[in-house]
Amino acid sequence: MWHYAIKRLLGAIPTLLVLITISFFLIRVAPGGPFDTEKSLPPEIQANLEKKYHLDEPLYKQYFRYLGNIVRGDFGPSFQYKDFTVTELIARGFPVSLTLGGLALLLAVLIGVTLGTVAAVRQNSWVDYALMSTAMTGISIPNFVVAPLLILFFAISLNWLPAGGWNGGHWLYLILPVLALSLRYIAYIARLMRGSMIEVLRSDYIRTARAKGLSMPRVVLKHALKPALMPVVSYLGPAAAGIITGSVVIEKIFGVPGLGRYFVQGALNRDYTLVMGVVIFIGVLIVVFNLIVDILYAVLDPKIRLQGKG
Amino acid sequence: MTNDNKTAVVKALAEQPAEQILAEKGQSLWHHAWLRLKQNRLAIASAIILLLVVVLVIIGPMFSPHAFDTIDWEQMSVPPDVASGHYFGTDAMGRDLFVRTLYGGRISLLVGLVATLVSLVIGITYGAIAGFFGGKVDAFMMRVVDILYALPFMFLVILLMVVFGRNIYLIFAAIGAYIWLDMARIVRGQTLSLRHTEFVEAAEALGASKARIIFRHIVPNLLGIVAVYVTLTIPQVILVESFLSFLGLGVQEPFTSWGALVNEGAQDMEIAPWSLIFPALFLAITLFSFNFIGDGLRDALDPKDR
Amino acid sequence: MTKPAVKPHPSQACRFTLRSFLRLLPVYVSWPLAAVATIAVLTGCSSSNDEPVQVERIVVPKVHLIDGKPDPAVLAEKQILRKGNGSQPQTLDPHKAEGVPSSNILRDLFEGLTGESPDGRIVPAGAESWDISEDGLTYTFHIRHNGRWSDGSPVTAQDFEYGLKRSLNPATGSKYTKILSPIRNADAVAAGALPLEALGVKALDDFTLRIELATPAPYFLGLLNHSSTYPMHKASVEKWGDAVAKPGHLVSNGAYTLDELVVQSHIKLVRNHHYWNDANTHINEVWYYPIEDQSSELKRYRAGEIDWTNEVPNNQFKWIKKYLGEELVINPWLGIYYYGFNLTRPPFKDNLKLRKALAMAVDRDILTGKVTQFGERPAYAFVPPGVSSGAGTYTPQNPPWASWPREKQLAEARRLYEAAGYSKTNPLEVELRYNTSENHKKIAIAVAAMWKQALGVKTRLINEEWKVFLSNRKQKQVTQVFRAGWISDYNDPMSFLELLHSQHGINDSGYNNPEYDALLARIAAEPDAEKRTQLMQQAERLMLADQPVMPLYSYVVKRLVKPYVGGVGSNIMDHHYSKDWYILKHRTEKVWLDKDGREVSSPHDTRDASAGEKD
Repeated sequence: MWHYAIKRLLGAIPTLLVLITISFFLIRVAPGGPFDTEKSLPPEIQANLEKKYHLDEPLYKQYFRYLGNIVRGDFGPSFQYKDFTVTELIARGFPVSLTLGGLALLLAVLIGVTLGTVAAVRQNSWVDYALMSTAMTGISIPNFVVAPLLILFFAISLNWLPAGGWNGGHWLYLILPVLALSLRYIAYIARLMRGSMIEVLRSDYIRTARAKGLSMPRVVLKHALKPALMPVVSYLGPAAAGIITGSVVIEKIFGVPGLGRYFVQGALNRDYTLVMGVVIFIGVLIVVFNLIVDILYAVLDPKIRLQGKG
Repeated sequence: MTNDNKTAVVKALAEQPAEQILAEKGQSLWHHAWLRLKQNRLAIASAIILLLVVVLVIIGPMFSPHAFDTIDWEQMSVPPDVASGHYFGTDAMGRDLFVRTLYGGRISLLVGLVATLVSLVIGITYGAIAGFFGGKVDAFMMRVVDILYALPFMFLVILLMVVFGRNIYLIFAAIGAYIWLDMARIVRGQTLSLRHTEFVEAAEALGASKARIIFRHIVPNLLGIVAVYVTLTIPQVILVESFLSFLGLGVQEPFTSWGALVNEGAQDMEIAPWSLIFPALFLAITLFSFNFIGDGLRDALDPKDR
Repeated sequence: MTKPAVKPHPSQACRFTLRSFLRLLPVYVSWPLAAVATIAVLTGCSSSNDEPVQVERIVVPKVHLIDGKPDPAVLAEKQILRKGNGSQPQTLDPHKAEGVPSSNILRDLFEGLTGESPDGRIVPAGAESWDISEDGLTYTFHIRHNGRWSDGSPVTAQDFEYGLKRSLNPATGSKYTKILSPIRNADAVAAGALPLEALGVKALDDFTLRIELATPAPYFLGLLNHSSTYPMHKASVEKWGDAVAKPGHLVSNGAYTLDELVVQSHIKLVRNHHYWNDANTHINEVWYYPIEDQSSELKRYRAGEIDWTNEVPNNQFKWIKKYLGEELVINPWLGIYYYGFNLTRPPFKDNLKLRKALAMAVDRDILTGKVTQFGERPAYAFVPPGVSSGAGTYTPQNPPWASWPREKQLAEARRLYEAAGYSKTNPLEVELRYNTSENHKKIAIAVAAMWKQALGVKTRLINEEWKVFLSNRKQKQVTQVFRAGWISDYNDPMSFLELLHSQHGINDSGYNNPEYDALLARIAAEPDAEKRTQLMQQAERLMLADQPVMPLYSYVVKRLVKPYVGGVGSNIMDHHYSKDWYILKHRTEKVWLDKDGREVSSPHDTRDASAGEKD
């Protein structure tokens, strides 16, 4: 397995290289530079600043300089938040994003799998219809609508929960953003789970188990759950990527200091180094996460052996 | 937000051997599929509702006395009122929301459709070529897809919008350029298995050119999958567009989209709930319909009788 | 797996009929409808009818001032202030910082030579007193002897000298070197042409600082509470270098010191117990929250998480007025919102008639009354009202047509439009650029509608993200009409008039009138306040006659402040110092409000029948 993991991670290097290259040149061709402000800077000072950050060099030189720095683990200083280096900012933003995204994903899997299983067991009953149409609603309403609704209700009308902020990750501050972020994925996992569970429940071995007189909950838990989880597991990779993107919205609405906001602010302010740092970091994260999912997949399904695929 | 129903479908379809489809090639395939689809009342109902939405979006504005960009200074942010012709009320700038919702629908549906078509054209060509030639070509082309697949694409789309400004064609292109990857994978899988079927080999023996074989014999056989894919991609694109609107990177005023309207409505939901409710209703119903149709089509085309 | 598809059994194959469709319809639409109903309920659709609603209100005791200080009996135990503060400041290094959010925080952290009272008067601060020479060119400051840095060391004249020199040192990269140009040799030093020693700033001894000016600047004392003039703790700059402005590194001389800084989350300041006037400071902690999104800020204010908002969402005026009317604070602000014309390219190049026509066709009363709504004042002149000129309050020079009746303005606009060669059949097609923001968007939509209605102009709105917008504006290649706004750093008409100097960095219209430039030079050299004011008015009239820009309205500060925040003053600069404030004891009570926001005793209390609709 270790062999496989290392091979996979090495295989991700071209991906990251493409990512770095695309985003490096994309952000640099954007009109306006990091030090442009409404008041024009005196040319001498502008030149000074550019020299300090090597922005006066030809682009290809800057590119290779940047690559060299990354290899040494140096993401450079942030142009926008002048008191911090990009590494410091990511080190602060990542735990926040991880808490938010991790909890949302966990919640989505737990609730989604439960609801999907219930719907499958009660297939075509009103429970099934109710759950599935609710799920479809969850998929069809953007989270920038759901989030303010949650705030209005829980924070302002009932005054139970804070309307925003992070407060170092205090659990009260986590509830609304995690919920708003996970709803979509709860809905989708429930649908996915229902489909695969129905299929598994129809298979011969489950029928046999039932015929032997095993109770339904027992059959589901002992025999059906594991195979039925396979599609959910393979969906985790894309779900994680989606949650990272979705958290841009949630972070903005709830004022959560995560990587998504850094990225958007960085892009808007031409903070080249910060944007690059976040993009690379998230790229690595996705690679690692996909690897974990694949390993998980193999653990759940002994038929699959980890190899090849690259 | 970017990944939807499709992922699982893509996976299932990409791995499904083409013989299955070929086994009931021609008339009977479509016939059976249609019979199965007809049983799925939800899918048919969705199709009808979707049709109604499309018709309304196209001809609806004719039934309103208002234009989508005219400001009524005396009627700013008023609730729905049939007498004044503001069936859905007005927005904060005194513009008629009924007409704006329908115009927004045009843009949203158009974005969904065009971006999907872009992805189809790229994806089918790319996937068919990779699958048809196989071997090293295939390995290389799929490696490229794998690499692109692992990119945090939404972030690149945001960068793209930031760099080139908000331009509706760019939105099409950016989203389309992202989602073609799925299509390429499915088509490639299908083509690989179609490649060695009798009729393709026969065509080859008769001296048909490769391009001809790909586009006359292989591509038409992919229609079923493409149909499923399209119905599941359009709602995804519509959501991506609404995400960009939320970030302030959507279409230019005075034009609008459902995403932009829902976003504005969400900000005013307490003072003008109607400005959220109507666009959100249209958006939700449309996404509902596409998803139900997609599910129905998938079930109908998938011989694993669910 | 690969078994062929089963043909549907006849009994299963149910035909799709209209009846079955109709039967399904309720199932189908019920969920979206339910979702929408939820939205309706949650958003208080019900409160849009005329029933009275219950709201919570904060009750505070009456404040008695004893020697200008609040009676300790009314002060709350917890003296913690939480302020919404717009965007995340880029840095808290006073000489590198820019923008309003960082200035707000720096005002609490540092103290300049002069300070401001809550109502905006210049008061002694870092300097206890000062002498100004007859010709207005030499300022001698007597530095307070009891000034202390947050590490306990004394604040000296050398620290102020070091601060000013650091600010103007080209290596620092300050964005505000321009406003210091009245100081002798400041421009040359900032450009690196002269050494730092040439700057007209010198500490004569530990507590005496002399500043020599190149030109008399009546507003100079007001400039000395700007962050770019703050003193700096030399030892910590030398120790930490670029990282000097981090919590734990930053040594400050103001009432507060930096305790925590979490990017995009909060900035926490705590009392600087070494501050010379610490005994009279009440607030112990000040929390600044970077919240860009105004609706998020409003929600957090309503949830009681912040006491003071940076702004309020424009379109929620009616709602705020109704439910939070008593907490809404609106004050004039030293800023002008205007549209610029690009004078270097067609259609506006050498086309005064067209520029005038477009300027006249905009109904500013509607713009401020129906779009911005918060009491912004229509502007026709470039200098906003309320600016002090050194000889009293400056009177902005409205063009003659500003006072015409609307009909006459429109008729003249049409005449000029046609004289410029356009008509209903041959309309002007123009691009209007603005940077992303709800407010700018609304103004642009409104202006475009007015032009269309009055003249038939076809306007294409182009919304650009800030950096793209700036870059386009500066290059003057693609811009035609563009949004602009200016909030002044110091209280003087010149801070506005200089923007249109042919060489000024913000003159994105490309206005180039040698006569105007010459007038500005004369103003800069004029020591007499009366004459200077007249020259400034002459310059403003001259420039407005050329209409390189079209002023729309003058800004107001609009925010919500909890009633228990005491000591808050109002001033045209919107400068506030947390050290002057205090938190009052308070409790909340529930009251019923009728549909106009008036208090009623019970939900079924009938309102005064004569009460008409409030607009």
